[in-house]
Amino acid sequence: MSELALHRGISVQRIGAMILRYWYLLMSSWPRLLELLYWPALQIITWGFLQLYIAQNANFFARAGGTLIGAVILWDILFRGQLGFSISFLEEMWARNLGNLMMSPLRPIEFLLSLMAMSLIRLAIGVIPMTLLAIAFFHFNVYSLGLPLIAFFCNLIFTSWSVGIFVSGLVLRNGLGAESIVWTLMFGIMPLACVYYPVSVLPHWLQAIAWSLPPTYVFEGMRALLIENTFRTDLMLDALAINAGLLLASFGAFLALLRSARKHGSLLSGGE
Amino acid sequence: MHSTAQWRKNASSMTENSKASSWPTVAEGISSAAIEVDRLVKVYKQTRAVDGISFSLPRGSITGLLGGNGAGKTTTIAMIMGLVLPTSGRVRVLGHRMPEESAEVLGRMNFESPYVDMPMRLTVRQNLTIFGKLYAVRHLADRIAKLADDLDLNDFIDRANGKLSAGQKTRVALAKALINQPELLLLDEPTASLDPDTADWVRSHLERYRKDNNATILLASHNMLEVERLCDRVIIMKRGRVEDDDTPDAIMARYNRSTLEEVFLDVARGRVNGAKEGTR
Repeated sequence: MSELALHRGISVQRIGAMILRYWYLLMSSWPRLLELLYWPALQIITWGFLQLYIAQNANFFARAGGTLIGAVILWDILFRGQLGFSISFLEEMWARNLGNLMMSPLRPIEFLLSLMAMSLIRLAIGVIPMTLLAIAFFHFNVYSLGLPLIAFFCNLIFTSWSVGIFVSGLVLRNGLGAESIVWTLMFGIMPLACVYYPVSVLPHWLQAIAWSLPPTYVFEGMRALLIENTFRTDLMLDALAINAGLLLASFGAFLALLRSARKHGSLLSGGE
Repeated sequence: MHSTAQWRKNASSMTENSKASSWPTVAEGISSAAIEVDRLVKVYKQTRAVDGISFSLPRGSITGLLGGNGAGKTTTIAMIMGLVLPTSGRVRVLGHRMPEESAEVLGRMNFESPYVDMPMRLTVRQNLTIFGKLYAVRHLADRIAKLADDLDLNDFIDRANGKLSAGQKTRVALAKALINQPELLLLDEPTASLDPDTADWVRSHLERYRKDNNATILLASHNMLEVERLCDRVIIMKRGRVEDDDTPDAIMARYNRSTLEEVFLDVARGRVNGAKEGTR
């Protein structure tokens, strides 16, 4: 039987059980809830005031109102989406519960789907208040972007899941000694994803690498929308195609790392 | 189905690695076996953790896996569970190859191990609810209520797992292991951290569970009295190999010892007495 055959017959009940497990955990711990709200709020306030200051002193930013705050919000969707996924996974490592799950009928694909659902829930808890703060303090309504916002969101969340799946596999294989990758890998993508500046700023050879990352298309698309009032469908479709490849590759990598963890006995130790 | 009496009668002598045995072997293709381990090897880099062991456990039996630290007990159990891939050899659980066909059997087995914990912030009831759903337990609330009665969990069932005493946690872990009424139960030190009274009570519960459900139990333990009391059969491991495999009585007779603890010490310290050599 192939590895993929093990993922037939996905059970909604098992996925629901895992979501319930993380929900119980969130509701049992106010520091966890506070942490979800704290950083996004801090981000939007800091960068929002910076944008106000720049807009008062620079014509370009006065014209391109919202690009900085928009970038902050979209970056947070990408970053918090991955963290929401990975932290739920880390909770199992910290709780030494992974062996229980791996020995249960829960299948890897169901586990990953429940982590995706939790990343959406955690993201909603953190980012929705952030967007409301942006409206209240800086009169920037990200929801006014309309349908393009859905395209931006979907592409960013797909990328965050790909990264989340891959780093979870690394932690599964290498134990909690690899935990720091969870917190830092996305920052490695940041300069190339051109969050706060256009791709054209990069040297030519780096531009080619930047265009291999779906978030680059999203941030370029956001700037096109806010500065030129143009929704670049082509950029979103390109991002979607790369995301599909990334998701498949990350799932394959997760299965390979899981197999390697079984081979090396890492599921028994889980530590450093 | 093998009764305890039959196993004891059959078990005049038994070892692995081609030693003469009256236990069912993998080669005999015993379809009723709960676990079949065939020439299983696990090598970690330079260390041969498990070195070509074979055994077959009939359904409804309780078998003790004994051995000192590093003997290969935990690796063996982990390979049976599918948590560790063997370097070579094969494992069949309830008639299915592990880990390739694990999806077919994981819902019918369960385990308890000191290497894993239940989530600490969740209450006992929440934990059991989640695992019950993962195992697709029908009438889950009733099942949890019964386990709470049987294992005396009611006083702390709505308390966070992290706030329980070591003994209470062991009982909760046992409740989790029994949530799906498993046909096969793998236990690693099931009564560690328990006071003698509670440990005795847990052993009684396991005996009753086996009897009521015709379950197969494989338990690794350092508590020789526990093994003597519970197990129909004992497999002694040393340095990744099966050192001996028989009923507790037959092993004690072979080593000319009155307790398994004495046998354990003989094996651990490499003492070979005349009685043992004479039987081989």
